[in-house]
Amino acid sequence: MNLMHLSLLEQTILVLGALTLFLSFALLPQARLTTMVHLFAWQGGLLALLTAVVASVGGNHHLYVSALLTLALKALLIPWMLHRLIRRLQLERHQERLDRQALVMMTGAALVIFSYWVVLPVARLELANTRNVVGLSLGIIQLGMLLMVVRRQAVAQVIGFMSVENGLFLAAVAATSGMPLVVELGIAFDVLVAAVLFGVFFFHIRESIDSLDVDLLTRLSEAEQEKLASESEGEA
Amino acid sequence: MTELYLVLGIPAIGALLLGLVRKLRLASWLNLGLSAATFVVSMVLALDVLAHGPRHSENLLVDPFNIYLLVLTSFIGLTTAIFSRPYMEHVCHEGRCSPQRMRLYHSMFQAFMFTMLLALSTNNLGILWVAVEGATLATVLLVSLYRTPEAIEAAWKYFILCGVGIAQALFGTVLLYFAAQHVVPNAEDGLNWLVLYEHAKDLSPTVMGLAFVFLLVGYGTKVGLVPLHQWLPDAHSEGPTPMSAVLSGLLLNVALYAVVRIKMLTDGALAASAHPHMAGYLLMGFGLTSFLVAGLFLHRQRDIKRLFSYSLIEHMGLATFGFGIGGPLGTFAALLHMLVHSITKSSIFITVGHASHIAGTQAIDHIRGLIRTQPSVGWGLLFGVAAIAGFPPFGVFTSEFLLLSATMQSWPWLTVSLLTGLVIALAGLFRHLHPMVYGAVPEGQSAVKVNMIPVAVHLLLVLWIGLSIPAFLANWLDQAVHLITGEGLL
Repeated sequence: MNLMHLSLLEQTILVLGALTLFLSFALLPQARLTTMVHLFAWQGGLLALLTAVVASVGGNHHLYVSALLTLALKALLIPWMLHRLIRRLQLERHQERLDRQALVMMTGAALVIFSYWVVLPVARLELANTRNVVGLSLGIIQLGMLLMVVRRQAVAQVIGFMSVENGLFLAAVAATSGMPLVVELGIAFDVLVAAVLFGVFFFHIRESIDSLDVDLLTRLSEAEQEKLASESEGEA
Repeated sequence: MTELYLVLGIPAIGALLLGLVRKLRLASWLNLGLSAATFVVSMVLALDVLAHGPRHSENLLVDPFNIYLLVLTSFIGLTTAIFSRPYMEHVCHEGRCSPQRMRLYHSMFQAFMFTMLLALSTNNLGILWVAVEGATLATVLLVSLYRTPEAIEAAWKYFILCGVGIAQALFGTVLLYFAAQHVVPNAEDGLNWLVLYEHAKDLSPTVMGLAFVFLLVGYGTKVGLVPLHQWLPDAHSEGPTPMSAVLSGLLLNVALYAVVRIKMLTDGALAASAHPHMAGYLLMGFGLTSFLVAGLFLHRQRDIKRLFSYSLIEHMGLATFGFGIGGPLGTFAALLHMLVHSITKSSIFITVGHASHIAGTQAIDHIRGLIRTQPSVGWGLLFGVAAIAGFPPFGVFTSEFLLLSATMQSWPWLTVSLLTGLVIALAGLFRHLHPMVYGAVPEGQSAVKVNMIPVAVHLLLVLWIGLSIPAFLANWLDQAVHLITGEGLL
């Protein structure tokens, strides 16, 4: 693909997509939760902007609606809810040092390359000008999942979860200029409900294990069950 | 279409209504009434569809494939509601659950039924995704209903794993829409299943292949395919038992239904490419792995509900395998297996719920002598497990036999692994079952108030299907097979 052949607006789409990916990288090693929420809000804002640009390129008016929806939901409402939760859980000063930062970042880079490789056959089809964005969005999805794997803090995991959702949204907007409106509304509704439920869960988890470190949730793993059983046999 | 709107409308309104009802007794009766109404209307709809053929509107679709699942869903919803009434009352008396949470429970029960029925009857793959995700959201608070540390952990795992899994399915859906936009006449219809099916052979094979992988991983997480099954035993064992019954009988079927619908599109798109059977091979691989691994896990379980969760994974693996083999015989067997397995497994979960109330625990080591203490529960469990293990004359035997025949027809060598897996699973179930049913009765164990009517109805149905498949049912399934594979079996 020759970048020079793209119109200015299409190049803007690519740049915005790349910036979204960059923010995913920034989220990965971020120790402070409040900063993570800010970064996540910026990611949502960029997505909203990108959607608006795609709307003006393709002239799809319903995309303006989803741009507004994204802005309201992902750049404002959900970050605000997370912020409030962090304050209520008194986690403002919480710092989580990431073990083996360099390794995690390198894995992230490898995942992005992998994503590009996976969608290469699709990109070769030359069906749309912005097809490269499919690779970008798959990269964001993978980074979000990596974030959920390496973080132990429940709030950080939820931010990872939501950034996966952002990646999906980017794919939908850039590759197909948005899903049909009914579907998009449905997805937005699901995301909102999920965000509320996550909030409820933070309190449940903290009540039950007195911490939000989800690595401590190990009672149900097969190995642990075995250990508990042998212990109880030993007592008997 | 009025009936279909009613089928969807009753549980939707029910979810809102039950959120407002404070009286527990009233709420549980209302729950029962709403479920019964849904079932009756879905039966009317089914008879209508069978008589006058499939029908569809822009967003809804009823054809032989989903109508049988619709009836099954509303039927199991009804019997579970019957069981849930005394069961949850008992739970409340024990003080494990506050009245406020019971309101949540009833409301979410109906909301879950709504999302399941919507997922089955929608014609739009995007809405299908929204509904399946909605089902997770509706059930996640029910898994953690008892608020024990284990329940919270199970619910968190369920939420995160299914959420991430289903995100893959959304990416697959986006890819599918991307492929469709260049093919269907009106780009807005790119997720409309009927339109897509019509144009399946024009869809780009590259994109569709990739999309199928993502969709399979996504919905496969919900089906509980190994290695994506981690959430399933936890969620089933820690949630309230009526929830386990509906999750096992319905949610997994709906996810598998989604996979099959998408396989139909993928097969069409890949027909002319270098790997025409890719989708089938993937399903066979995942299905067989799940079947064998879960069978082995049965042996080391110590919690009765976890035991049957692994049995659940095993059977879903078997059905997936059947759809993977494809062809009229394999598909017929898989459809039948989904049907009989759901009916049997939900009856087992109901019995297990009673059994754990009798013993006061879910630990297999402490559940003993059920037949002496309460014969109805003991015999129910014995017959249920015999049915699920595939003993003749129950229906599961029929479907497994058909599945074996289909395997022998097209993949003779795999018959060996299937038979081995069946024997392993059988041993895994019976080594635990025998002491639970016949063992010496612990001191102080006494009978509890139970309602075994749903179990009896379920088991009699499975027996009936096993002894002689009623002609209308066979015809019904055959129409679905015809729809999926293009040729009928009968």
